Amino acid sequence: MNKNVTQEVEKKDNDHDRFSNKIDNAGQYLSFTLGKEEYGVDILRVQEIRSWEPVSRIPNVPPYEKGVVNLRGSIVPIIDLRERFKLKSADYTLLTVVVVLQIGDIKKTRTMGVVVDSVSDVITVDKAQIQSAPDFGTKISNEFINGLVSVNERMVMLLDVDKLLKLEELDQTENSVF
Amino acid sequence: MSIDMSQFHQVFFEECFEGLEAMEAGLLNLNIDDIDPEVINTIFRGAHSIKGGSGTFGFNNVADFTHIMETLLDEMRDGRRQVTQIAINILLGSVDCLREMISSIQNEEEVDESRVAQHTADLDNELNGVAESTPPPSHKVSAETIITEPSEVISDSSETSDTNEESGWKIAFCPYLDLLKTGNDPVRMFRELSELGELTSLANIQDVPSLFEMDPEECNISWDLKVMGDIPLDEIEEIFNWVEGDCELDIQPIAPKPVKKIAPPVSQAEPELDTEETIATQAKEPQQPTQPEIIVEQAEVSKDIEAIPKPPTTAPKEPNKKVQLDSDQSKLIVQVASSIRVDTSKIDALINMVGEVVITQSMLGLVGENFTMDKVDQLKKGLAQLERHTRDLQQSVMNVRMLPISFVFSRFPRLVHDISSKLGKKIELKLVGENTEIDKSVVELINDPLVHLIRNSLDHGIEMPANRIAAGKPETGTIELKAYHRGGHIVIEIIDDGHGMDKNKLIAKAVEKGLIDDSSVLTDKQAYELIFLPGFSTAEKLTDISGRGVGMDVVRRNIEALGGNIEISSELGHGTTIAIHLPLTLAILDGQSVAVGDETYIVPLVSIIESINITEKMLNKVAGKGETFRLRNQYIPIIRMHKIFNVQPSSKSKMGEGVIVVAEGQGVLCGLFVDDLLGQQQVVIKSLEANYRRVDGVSGATILGDGSVALILDVPGLVRFSNR
Repeated sequence: MNKNVTQEVEKKDNDHDRFSNKIDNAGQYLSFTLGKEEYGVDILRVQEIRSWEPVSRIPNVPPYEKGVVNLRGSIVPIIDLRERFKLKSADYTLLTVVVVLQIGDIKKTRTMGVVVDSVSDVITVDKAQIQSAPDFGTKISNEFINGLVSVNERMVMLLDVDKLLKLEELDQTENSVF
Repeated sequence: MSIDMSQFHQVFFEECFEGLEAMEAGLLNLNIDDIDPEVINTIFRGAHSIKGGSGTFGFNNVADFTHIMETLLDEMRDGRRQVTQIAINILLGSVDCLREMISSIQNEEEVDESRVAQHTADLDNELNGVAESTPPPSHKVSAETIITEPSEVISDSSETSDTNEESGWKIAFCPYLDLLKTGNDPVRMFRELSELGELTSLANIQDVPSLFEMDPEECNISWDLKVMGDIPLDEIEEIFNWVEGDCELDIQPIAPKPVKKIAPPVSQAEPELDTEETIATQAKEPQQPTQPEIIVEQAEVSKDIEAIPKPPTTAPKEPNKKVQLDSDQSKLIVQVASSIRVDTSKIDALINMVGEVVITQSMLGLVGENFTMDKVDQLKKGLAQLERHTRDLQQSVMNVRMLPISFVFSRFPRLVHDISSKLGKKIELKLVGENTEIDKSVVELINDPLVHLIRNSLDHGIEMPANRIAAGKPETGTIELKAYHRGGHIVIEIIDDGHGMDKNKLIAKAVEKGLIDDSSVLTDKQAYELIFLPGFSTAEKLTDISGRGVGMDVVRRNIEALGGNIEISSELGHGTTIAIHLPLTLAILDGQSVAVGDETYIVPLVSIIESINITEKMLNKVAGKGETFRLRNQYIPIIRMHKIFNVQPSSKSKMGEGVIVVAEGQGVLCGLFVDDLLGQQQVVIKSLEANYRRVDGVSGATILGDGSVALILDVPGLVRFSNR
């Protein structure tokens, strides 16, 4: 019985590591840049990093949803983070990078790609270093930001992947229960 | 002898469900006025196989329960009992109960004992009520009482309760003819028995034919055995475990006190060989009960043989069954891993195709090894062959997933039977095209919508007998369930000859519910479409069968999720036809790729009627914004693809340069204006929703030869979207 309980706890911990969007566990973050700003995402959410390739456009969606690409047989949507954050959009170059992220929980995961200017580093963040985010005003809505951390005098904004990539109506089609 | 039996459980469950299905079908076919003995035999066989199997696997509650059913059926079969509607209904109820028991066992849940007990009581009452002459629980005994008198049997079985004090066992062992063929040797069993205690065996050889007629592989002898000693029952049962389905077996304890009872058989031991007396007493009974058993066994064998050429796939049947239980009892049942049983001929075809592909591949390999330009023709030929083989292979693989739609249809006779008797209506269900094949995944998903539609027809469509006669129609209403292929689609139609739908009533209801404006003018078709609106129900009062106003919208949504559509046509006073169009498979479609600006889209070939060029002059504006053109006396609305999808128009996006693709969706024609037609190809459908979401006017995506993604257009969706 006792053993079961500990197993249960361990399992929870693992899930927690993988899918937690809280910042209370210190961990590694992948940092990338958008213009002069630097952002970080939980590295456990990163599936792969790819170079930009042309997408197939999806009709009648917000402009930051650039379209879909073929990722080894599955159709993966690509989101432009600059446009999502209402930054000045940049031309896509050879250096433009798509970070493929996994979102969702254990029951259902989705794969999505985000377009960023460039990937810079993997940073290890102690949770004590993370400060809560101040009000950014209009540029980025506060809900995407889990916190701020400063690395080598640079400020890195840690993003909440799940909230960031929550597309409107995304879950609407799932309730086809009879 | 410790074999892990659990590995066979799944097969057993599948067989049980098959058997139950056969029993149910048989019971429904049973006409009380004109009994067909073959039908009763079929039902009996179903029960018998389940009993045998469950005994082997140690599901004793199932075996006991089935045994009572079997007793009842046996009496019906022998003509000892009148077949009544009441008995049939009790048996139908028992079939349901049995199905639940087996499902519970399969899902490793507790069997609902109270329900079982209730059905057992029903069966017992039926058994005792009519045929007092036969002692209910000892049907087996009566079949085996070769020596003992019936009166003794009863007293014996009544003594079974005080088992502990026994000093021995009396075993009546009456093997069927083919016991030896199954590899069982009675001598070995007797040897094992003799190890347990002192064994006296008595062979009845009166059934043994003369040497000239005897088939040495048949077992014509039956035995009466006595084992003395304090032996637990299960040790004896274990010995007979392996022959359980192949014999009549009755194990009775011998109490030490009534010594007299042991005496008579012993005293008969000597006369056994030659006296007429024994044979005379036996003559009444042994032949009659053994013979039907033989028939059963043979019939089972032939059934097995029949089963091979057919593709009887139990796997989808199980989910169906579960769905039924779900809806009937709103009880959640865990889905077990689904499996599929495939016709061997399909697999053979598959292997054949793989062989062809391998040959072509090696041939191409040879061509490529030292390639010179003069080999180009050979290369082309090889590639063409490879293409053909690939296509065939793909078709064969798809075929493996195809199942006859009878897997869905087969449960509707019961549904109609139950509901029509509940409603007091007389309804006949006709099934047409049950062998139409359809993808397994579609089979699983189409069941619920069909149940809903049929319930609707039963409840709302068909009138009460009195009303029907008043309307000059035959008293018995007809519902026809029809499946057939048309184009790349399968069409399922539900046709009733009820009172049809009243357009005005529908509109009035919709206005009353605030679903539409009372000033709106609707065509017949649009009026029928109203029933698909959420919260719409015209039923005057709610019943437990239908009319809760949920459902039709869900039915439609589910069918559209399958890539199909649903159409209604109705004639007031004459009936309603509901037609469901479904794609044959959910994985691959034939598509026409079209160019719009820089984008490529796929239009499903089945929805394309024709493609034409028109000039600006042929356009007519409607109300200043909608565009139509006239095609053979029909005005067809135009959807400019670059406009509706916000694509940067190219030079060809002017009318006259591009092409109009005339497509049909849900009975509505429309002209899709695209820049160019690119080519036809088969495309593998990929879900957009897996990582993304549903997009209006798009049913999915596919990956083109160059690795890029193309969206597959959903024509009905486009029409709806453009009307917004």
